[in-house]
This record gives sequence, C-alpha cells and structure tokens, in this order.
Amino acid sequence: MLWTVLPSLALVLVWALAEPIVISKEVYSFLPEEVRNETRAVRSLTMGTIDAIASGVRQLTPEQLKLMREGRTNPVELLESKGVTLAAAPRPFMIDAAIRQNRLSDTSRDAAARGGLLLALLGLALGLLRVRPTLRSRNSVERVILVGLGAASTVAVVTTAGIVLSMLFETLQFFQSVPPHEFFFGTVWDPRFSAVGREGGSQGQFGLLPLLWGTAYISFVALLVAVPVGLFSAIYMSEYAGQKLRTVVKPALEILAGIPTIVYGFFALVSFGPFVRDLGAALNFDVSATSVLTAGFIMGVMLIPFVSSLSDDIINAVPQSLRDGSYGLGATKSETIRRVVLPAALPGIVGAVLLAASRAIGETMIVVLAAGIAANLTLNMFEPVTTITVKIVSQLTGDLEFNSPQTLVAFALGLTLFIFTLGLNIYALYIVRKYREQYE
Amino acid sequence: MAAEAFPIPTSGGRSGLTARAIVAKGIRRRYAAELRFRAYGIAAILFGLAFLVILFTNIVSKGYTSFQQSAFRLDVYLDPEVIDPSGKYDENARQMVDYGELAAAALIKALKVDPQSRPDTRAVGALLSQNADIDIRDHMLKHPADIGKTISVWALAHGNVDSAVKGALDREVPEARRKLSDKQLAWIDRAVAEGLLQKRFNTGLFTFGASSQPETAGIGVALVGSAFMMLTVLLLAVPFGVAAAMYLQEFAPRNRWTDLIEVNINNLAAVPSIVFGILGLAIFINFAGLPRSASIVGGLVLALMTLPTVIIATRAAIGAVPPSIREAALGVGASKMQTVTHHVLPLAFPGILTGTIIGLAKALGETAPLLMIGMVAFVVEYPKSPLDPATALPVQIYMWATAAERGFVERTSGATIILLVFLVAMNLFAVVLRRRFERRW
Repeated sequence: MLWTVLPSLALVLVWALAEPIVISKEVYSFLPEEVRNETRAVRSLTMGTIDAIASGVRQLTPEQLKLMREGRTNPVELLESKGVTLAAAPRPFMIDAAIRQNRLSDTSRDAAARGGLLLALLGLALGLLRVRPTLRSRNSVERVILVGLGAASTVAVVTTAGIVLSMLFETLQFFQSVPPHEFFFGTVWDPRFSAVGREGGSQGQFGLLPLLWGTAYISFVALLVAVPVGLFSAIYMSEYAGQKLRTVVKPALEILAGIPTIVYGFFALVSFGPFVRDLGAALNFDVSATSVLTAGFIMGVMLIPFVSSLSDDIINAVPQSLRDGSYGLGATKSETIRRVVLPAALPGIVGAVLLAASRAIGETMIVVLAAGIAANLTLNMFEPVTTITVKIVSQLTGDLEFNSPQTLVAFALGLTLFIFTLGLNIYALYIVRKYREQYE
Repeated sequence: MAAEAFPIPTSGGRSGLTARAIVAKGIRRRYAAELRFRAYGIAAILFGLAFLVILFTNIVSKGYTSFQQSAFRLDVYLDPEVIDPSGKYDENARQMVDYGELAAAALIKALKVDPQSRPDTRAVGALLSQNADIDIRDHMLKHPADIGKTISVWALAHGNVDSAVKGALDREVPEARRKLSDKQLAWIDRAVAEGLLQKRFNTGLFTFGASSQPETAGIGVALVGSAFMMLTVLLLAVPFGVAAAMYLQEFAPRNRWTDLIEVNINNLAAVPSIVFGILGLAIFINFAGLPRSASIVGGLVLALMTLPTVIIATRAAIGAVPPSIREAALGVGASKMQTVTHHVLPLAFPGILTGTIIGLAKALGETAPLLMIGMVAFVVEYPKSPLDPATALPVQIYMWATAAERGFVERTSGATIILLVFLVAMNLFAVVLRRRFERRW
C-alpha cells in the first residue's frame, strides 16, 4: 500500500511544481530576441498574454486555429467568443508561443500520468515481493506515519518563517526606495498615492514616528482602563469572592474577550464615539467622535479579561503560607493583599500587563473604526490619531501595485509590528514562567 | 515598609495617648481602608459586567428592527401593453421589462393619487425600492400565462420608507432637509393604517448579497463565504493541529528542535491577526497566485491562525489522559502508534472537539486578516466554489459600518446580532460538550 501510493504521489507533486517553471522557461527561450530584452514588467505582461492565448487556443477548432495563425481572422474577437479576453491584439510570435506551450504541457501531463502509474505498479510489485512472514510491516508503516506527524508539527515553524521572510523581502525592497533612517525617524506620514506613470517627483514621506506615537498612546490609554479594572476584579475574585460568585462572574467577564473586535469597533463608532462627543460638547470640550480616548477606552474594556484571568491565576499561585503569615501579624485582608500578595505576584502581573500591551499594539478593527486616519503627533486625548495597524489596512486595501513604496511600506510596518509584539510576548512569557517556578 | 503599615506605639511617641487608644484609632482607619478596597474590587467587576450589558443592549436595541422589513401589499395589474408590447411571447424580452413601472402604477392606484400629476407619481415611485420588481418578474417568468391578470405581491418599500415606518425618521426636521416630504409621509401613514404597508419578516437580510441600497443589502454572500472558510479551517487546522499535538505530546524527543517548535506555537498564538493577513497576501496571493477575495485564501489564513489554538487544546486533552491507559495498551502488545490512535485519541476527543469549536468561533469573528487579502469586495453573486470572490460575516459588518448611509446602521447591528448568535451558540455547544464528556480519572 505505502510502496504503491507514496512514490507516485511524490512524483506527481514534484512534477506539478516543476512543470510551470520548466515550461515557461522553454517558452521564454522560444520568444524573439527583442522581447527578451524588454523590462521585467513588459516581459511578465507578454507571458501573461501567452498564457491567456494558450487557454483560448485549446477551445478552437483546427480550421479556426489555422486561419488565425495565417492572420486571416481577428484573434481578439475569436478568443473573446471563447471567453478569453485579451487586452491588445497578440503579435504572431505570441500565438506560436502559446501553441508551443500547449503542446509542451500536454506532453508533460501525459508523461506525469504514465510515470506515476508506472511507479505505482513498480511499488506494488516491490511491496508484494516483500511480503513474507518475517516482515514487520507495522513498524515500517508506523515509521512513515511518525514522519508525517513530525512534519505536521513543523507547520508552526514554517508559518513563522513564512511571516518573517515574506515581510522581510518586501521590506528590503521598500528600503531601496525609501532610506531606513527616513522611515524610522521621520516625523511626517504622508504617503502620497502618486498618479500612475508619474515616477519620481513627489514620493511621499513615510515617517514611522507619528504612527508609533499613536499606537503607544492608544495602548497606554487602553492599559489605563484595563489594568486597574482587571487587577481589582482579579483580586476580588481570587481573595474575596465565594465559589458561587466566581463561577458566574469569571465566565461573564471572559465573554468580553470572546466578542469579535469588529463588534467593539462598531460600538465605538456608532454609539460610544458620538456619546463622548456629545458629552464633550455639553462640557464645552471640543471632542471629536474618533479620538484616542474613544479607541483607547473601548480597547481597554476588551483587554480587561486578559489582565484579570492571568492575574487571577498568578494571585492564586501565591502560596497560602504567605497570607497566613501576614494575618498572624495582625494585618487586615486588604493590607495582606497590598503588602504581601501583590508584591509576591508582581512579576507575573507585569507579564500579564505586557501580554495585554502586545494585544493592544496589534489590535486592528477597533482602531480602524474608532481612532481616525490622520497621522497626528498630538498629546491631546480628544483628537484623532492613527496607528500602525490602521495604516497597514489603508495601504493594503484597494487597488494595489506591488512595486510602489506606498504598498511596500505596509510590509515594513507589518514587520515592525511583528517584532514589537514578538519582543513583548517573549519577554512576558519569560517573566511569567520564571515567576511560576519560584513556588513549585 | 512594615513600620509604615503597623505603626508601633512607642512610649514617648504621641503625648496623651495610650498604646491601646492608638491601636483603636488605627483599627477604625484600617477597617475603613479594608472596606474601600473591597468596594474597588466590586466596582471593577461591576464596571466590566455593566459594559457587557450596555454593549449587548445597545446592539440588540439598534439591530432587532432589522429583522423586519416594510413592504407594500400590491395588486399589480400585469399590463400586456407594458410587458409584451410587441405581442410576442419572448423569454428574453420579458426579462427586460420594467416591472417597477407596474408596481408603481399599482401603488398609485392603491393610494388614490392622480395618475396625471407627474410630481405626485414620481413621489409615489420613490416610495418603492429599486428592487420592488423582483417578485413581479419572478411571477411573470414562472407563470407567463398570467399576463393581463391582476396578481397580489409584496413589493419592498424604499429604505427611507422603512425607517419612517419603524419610527427611526425624525419627523421634526424641516421638510426641505428630510428624506421624505410631508405628502409622502401622509401617504405612508395612510398605507400603514389601511394595512397596505406592513412590516414582514426580513428574509432578504439572510439571502441578499451586497447592495448600495440598505433595503436590498443582505448577508447571504457573507454567510456562504464564512461557511466556506470555516470548512477550510476545519479541514486544514484540525488534521494538522491534532497530528502536531500528537507528535509533540507523545512521540517527540526533548531536544532543541522540539523546544523551538513549542516556543513557536506559543508565539504564533499571540501574533497580531493582521500579520497573518500580510502573510496571506504575500504568500498565498502574490507568490502562489491564488485569486484575491477568494474564500479559500481566507480559509487558509484563518487555518494558520487557528492552528496554535487547536494544538494547545489537543495537547492539554491528550495530557489529561492518564498514563495507566497507555500502559495497559502497551502491556497487551499494542505499538506506541496503536496506543495513541486507538486509546488515547478517542479518550481525548471531547477535549479536542471543544478546543476546535472555540478556535473556529475565534476564526469566525476575525476581520483584520481578511481585509488584507481583499475580502472587502462588493459581491452580489453567490460564490459557487471557494475560489470565487466572497465576503465574510465580520467583513460585511465592517463594510456596512463604514457605509455612509444611515440605513445601514440598522443592518450592521442586525448582522452583528447574527454573528454574536453564532458565536454564543458555538461557545455554548463547547461548554455543553465539556460538561457532558468531562471525565476525571
């Protein structure tokens, strides 16, 4: 069984991966000299056209094909009638190349099918020959399965590598048009979407600092809400509340973490933002509906359960003997908590807060809807600012060209974000873990 | 520090006070502090819960009206002059007929408006949705013989009429700045009083695709897209996640490589979701050439995001199976692999399922990565395969939330309610499963 399926499957897979590359190289070498000397964009356009023609040519009758090759019918109309739309009239060499491509891929499919079948039969024969009483087939089968399982476990590593590599390449490309120091230390964010074809000239400025400031400010406001509320509820729940209250309140608070962030964003946009604005107007403050305060407050509410459940676990991990010792000295409950339990739990709580901070930095939907889009270096809590995530969204939605700095900057921003959150996470996990081992 | 907390009375300390009095005085203060501290805790919990209640009531109160939609009950005369002016029974021609005109004519008649007055007839026509003709056209295509007869249909009212009926339109605003004129409002009131204009259950919300008119916008396409994505996640994240967890928990040697894998999994669980979106854009769309806006790409990205959740849950579930089970299986001659697949996995199954459902629920509500891979699209047609352009439920909410027209606010809240209902149902299911199959050894 294994001998039959695996080799042929592997062959077909490798073939399927290699086929387009080999064929396009083959077709490419077939193209006239002057096309091969064109720029990269033109060349890929040509190859695209050839692909389109190739898929159209398959549906033509031999007579139609002959007419077309001799240039006696209009290829655009003919192919259009078969559902293939071409942007411009193909040049004769393109049609020839397309036909050649078809022939090549037919041959290759054929060969792949035959080779696969042959290999399967060979494998089957080999497998049958190997069947004898002394064969421990279970062992070999299980070894293969084990390799499969091991491969599955590497997906996580591959994903991380994919994240880093995919962003790294685009970021390097971005730094070719915008020098890194302008990106990291620029104070103006103004990525003008330059008109198509107008190269050079106004390129826009890509200063990271205003975005970083907005991100940090909103996260700070969010933590200002989440840390006291989360910490106090964790303290109350672990030290004061009875079993009954805990079983009700803890899941209820955790619902806050389960609500999709888009729902928070919508709430902030439609209800909370206008409410804050009206409140501000009533108090003679000038508050805009999208502001640091709105986004930060709502995000803070979202983060409450992150702080509270982690702190809860950590406070519970503080050994009872420490508390008993404090009570024995005559301290009240709150004094024990403030002077004994919290200091003992402090590293873990700091870890929880750092994790919450990394959430806040990477949070997208709330800030997209509630923080505004104008990059703004301001201290005023009632003004809109923008964050890294908002700018990634706005640079990468809509029509894209993948070689303009306007698009590539999003990858640089993404990499920055990834590194920041990764650093915070690793540090937080390190702190939490180090602390946990202390009392075990 | 300790001295500050528990002031030790010294003999020469405060004149005229005995140590006992000092302690008694301090105790009152300390008990007050104790009470205050407790109050802070209760206040914090109440704050969280209150916000939860406010959020839910706010969304439900804004959105529950979207489950009803106003429609006119019309007796439409299928005028041969309009439908078939040439007298030929032609399928194609009948597709092109302006059935809206027939609906408008029927409404003009029902409201007893002078058909000769152009401004009035136009004002009546504006009460109908642009898609009011769908029912009539469907009827005509199904029963071509009914031409010349009068049929009774429900024709969707315009979004403005709908908000007027639901009382969401501010009638105090001066006429010039209002969406509907006094005359139109009078007609609407009369139609409601006569039962001509009614609120009906809004099936369109569940079946329509994207639309620029609030009354014909629905989450049909988004639901299909989300379903495709959940399927992809289920088919990819669960097998890979369970396999990886099995390997790490049962077979893997403890070395640097497996440590690296573990650190990686924990970190992936905390990577911002938008970064996964960038990954999807760079790898699945730019590199692998999959189509933009397709639900398969969304599914792939969400599967990568869900993977850590599934792995962590599965490892916990496998770890909870007592070693005695493994030893018993090994003792009767099962191989390591057989022990795990025949005994450990089935026993860990409820835990795995619970983790998977929670991961799916998280993936269902995820928006940011889908924005990156171009799921913000105006999709009217239902996707037929995972390769077709589609949207997802949370993305639809995002698009409506940013739409300029007020009529969409109600729709957005309605879609949010549906999303929340899905999530609550999934989480409840997970809780029930856990309760039912939870086993303690």
